[in-house]
Amino acid sequence: MNLDTTDTLTPHAPEGLRPPVSPYGARLLHGWYETGRPAGLAEHLDLYGPLPRAAADGALVTAVEQSGLTGRGGGGFPTGRKLRAVAGKRGPAVVVANGMESEPASSKDETLLFLAPHLVLDGAVLAAASVGATTVHLCLARTRVGQERQLAQAVEERRRAGRDPVPVEIHTLPHHFVSSEETSLVNWLNGGDARPQATPPRPFEKGVGRRPTLVDNVETLAHLALIARYGPDWFRETGSPETPGTTLVTLSGAVRTPGVYEVPMGSPVARALGVAGGPTGRLGAVLAGGFFGSWLPVPLNGVALGRGAGVLAALPEDACGLAETAAALAYLAGQSAGQCGPCRFGLPSVAEDFAELAWGRPGATLLERLNRRLGVLPGRGGCRHPDGAARLAASALRVFGDDVLRHVRYGPCSPAHDALVLPVPPARPPKEEEWR
Amino acid sequence: MSGDDRSLAVDFTVCDGHGLCAELLPELVGLDEWGYPVLRAATVPAGLLPDARRAVAACPVMALRLSR
Repeated sequence: MNLDTTDTLTPHAPEGLRPPVSPYGARLLHGWYETGRPAGLAEHLDLYGPLPRAAADGALVTAVEQSGLTGRGGGGFPTGRKLRAVAGKRGPAVVVANGMESEPASSKDETLLFLAPHLVLDGAVLAAASVGATTVHLCLARTRVGQERQLAQAVEERRRAGRDPVPVEIHTLPHHFVSSEETSLVNWLNGGDARPQATPPRPFEKGVGRRPTLVDNVETLAHLALIARYGPDWFRETGSPETPGTTLVTLSGAVRTPGVYEVPMGSPVARALGVAGGPTGRLGAVLAGGFFGSWLPVPLNGVALGRGAGVLAALPEDACGLAETAAALAYLAGQSAGQCGPCRFGLPSVAEDFAELAWGRPGATLLERLNRRLGVLPGRGGCRHPDGAARLAASALRVFGDDVLRHVRYGPCSPAHDALVLPVPPARPPKEEEWR
Repeated sequence: MSGDDRSLAVDFTVCDGHGLCAELLPELVGLDEWGYPVLRAATVPAGLLPDARRAVAACPVMALRLSR
């Protein structure tokens, strides 16, 4: 074993630690490629080495800043800056590990929590130690019963081993689209509904129990656990200088082997599709970033993965992108928390317009009305829910422009009535009591 | 932009669409088709500051804010 490469790592990296690398440069999924099963604590420590001594001296915050790690939950915010902001506040902080994953086309967090629970938990307790937090709250979706049981076992295993500097509490929350928003988690943990709250104050200023609160996606925390072990220079060895490291991506639709894969950040979308065996046939478009993302036109022409949620859904050429988008918008409209007028009224109206465009006989004024309504959706809510829906709709009008003209002229195309390619859940709005 | 610039913001989680802001400050606030405010510009010109303050004070649910 060549250990030379590990000598220049972070001060708290134990000597002789060998950074893991697996097919496609996989890091987080290293254990999966090695053994093909979820890693228990002993196996996890064998794979990645012992948990580095938690650094309350700010070394880990600096290392994460230098690594260039950005949030893997969809926001893409620099993680080091967030750690620094929470660490700089007075009084004990709180860490919230966000494993809610409410994006319907994504299963990467669920997969990561299943295969490498201890990597996520490492990251959560290390982040807690580095910002002076005394508690970690791991937030999971209430609908995933087996996940809660598995994570509870993992937490118990660690408690018995007595290694963690802070305790981890598991919570299961209502699983609605906007419930994974960081202010929803904080509000729920504070005894309220899992609905987004107006900001400021942001959680890093005043979060759980009014304390400074770090909310990070579980994949982000898993990367942090590796940076703590192998250092920022190692982290930057893959990905691009602007977007370093790897990212998990859920590949679905018209690809040969759909699933969750780990690819370098900033990979060309076409190469990422290739990791899933490539397209099954000619593609019409690719949805990047999920229901909050944008349709990309084909040919992809070297367009790279962005910082959004790691989701790529390949649409076959003979599918109707307008019908897919109309269904997704109806779901998103039903998932509004109903707190803000522009979202409560605007989103269903846009969804109805889109349904008319996809499946109805659109009148002469439809496009003008739809564009006007889309124009006043963004930036007018307590959270970014309407912004995301407007982005999806606008990208569909752009990418499927020819289809729009044909639908307006001749009515729905025949694939508009086919089964959907996107995994769109039922559009039923949550009942009032289902937010708690 | 000078340091004296004030900007308008609406807390849409609170706003009920009463529409007084659009009545008192039509230069900066319009309404969408459901009666919720659409800000034409976030920054308030000095000449409109008195009207902006009145609009903020008139909002029945204190959803309109004026800040530096």
